Amino acid sequence: MDLHPAQLIACHCCDLLQREIPLKPGCSASCSRCGAVLYRNATDSVDRTLAFTLAAAILFVTANLFPIFSIEAQGAHSTINLLGAVRSLWDQQMQAISLLVFLTTILIPALELVTMIYLLLPLKFNHIPAGLSQFLRMMRIVEPWSMVEVFMLGVLVSLVKLSNSFKVIPGVALWSFGCLTLLLAAAAATFSARDVWARLEKKTDEEAAA
Amino acid sequence: MKALRQSAAGQGFCSCHVCSLVSRRERTSHPAYCPRCGASLHFRKPGSVSRCWALLIAAYILYIPANLLTIMETGSLFRYRKDTIISGVVELWRTGSWVIAVIVFIASVTIPLLKLISLTLLLVSVQRRSRWRPRQRTRLYRLVELVGRWSMLDIYVVTLLAALVHLGSLATVKAGPGALAFGAVVVLTMFASMQFDPRLIWDPLQKESTP
Repeated sequence: MDLHPAQLIACHCCDLLQREIPLKPGCSASCSRCGAVLYRNATDSVDRTLAFTLAAAILFVTANLFPIFSIEAQGAHSTINLLGAVRSLWDQQMQAISLLVFLTTILIPALELVTMIYLLLPLKFNHIPAGLSQFLRMMRIVEPWSMVEVFMLGVLVSLVKLSNSFKVIPGVALWSFGCLTLLLAAAAATFSARDVWARLEKKTDEEAAA
Repeated sequence: MKALRQSAAGQGFCSCHVCSLVSRRERTSHPAYCPRCGASLHFRKPGSVSRCWALLIAAYILYIPANLLTIMETGSLFRYRKDTIISGVVELWRTGSWVIAVIVFIASVTIPLLKLISLTLLLVSVQRRSRWRPRQRTRLYRLVELVGRWSMLDIYVVTLLAALVHLGSLATVKAGPGALAFGAVVVLTMFASMQFDPRLIWDPLQKESTP
């Protein structure tokens, strides 16, 4: 049996060993046994993801600095931004929840954006950033905990709940969060870790040859 | 192609969980590392079933206070109410916000229940080395992974309302202890589904045994 491991792929869902085949742009290969998506042909993966990530990073800043919305009732007025909400919950003796919200909507998304820019910018100019493997491994661990899109839905549900009893004024961050959700989804859809690993391998081979 | 109709582990190959590189690995207890990215290699996630059970049982226990305790207190001059998850949904439905009521019901009631029941089913079937509908069970697992995070919805709603509505005697919203238990259920079930290894579903279908 002469199987060269480089051409093989094992399904992450059922471990079926399969041969990789070249794909047309925009197509994806799925496992012949369980149907899980094995890999995609991501065209211009690095360029596109970098563009989406940079845009997302700018919106992330505005989403965190500006108020999400404010309420008014009989002259009384209250306004909120994300960090303020986290701090307010901390002061209300709900530290665990406050920490959970801080991690899933501020720290981890920020970490993801910074890491992506750090990795993709050098890759675009054909350099391999230091600690690439470690960063990609970290990304895999923190990725499920970045929940901006769920938070966005939470904002909308709160908006409806509040509008029953108050006058609600939407803030700049509300729109920023909306666009941020779309940009993060676009970045996740265009990013291909497989492409990054392939570049790393190519670069290492070139260096070995030189 | 015939040789490929088998699992990687059955052929002595191990795929890296970080970079997906397939490499040959000896069946020894020595730790092995991926030649490309340096991550530690395992044929299957270590201790998957027992870790998943532990997290799942903890989630089951916390699921009771999560549903019985108050998640949000709303107070004003005219009325005071304590809402659990269910009563919050009922209130939304009653005030005519049907779409939002359905969304919150799916995120806070259906999804946590679906996760608990599905993971139990998957764990029991894996432990019995069942050969029953592996494709459907794998699909169920992917669904659990996909929708799990959306249960956090109620936590965010409570956070936003509790932080925003501080209008003194006019209206005040406070987060209740139920929110803590509910948050813990969401986090525990997410960890549980990460620990589960779907490849175990397919192992009984292979002729050779895998470690």
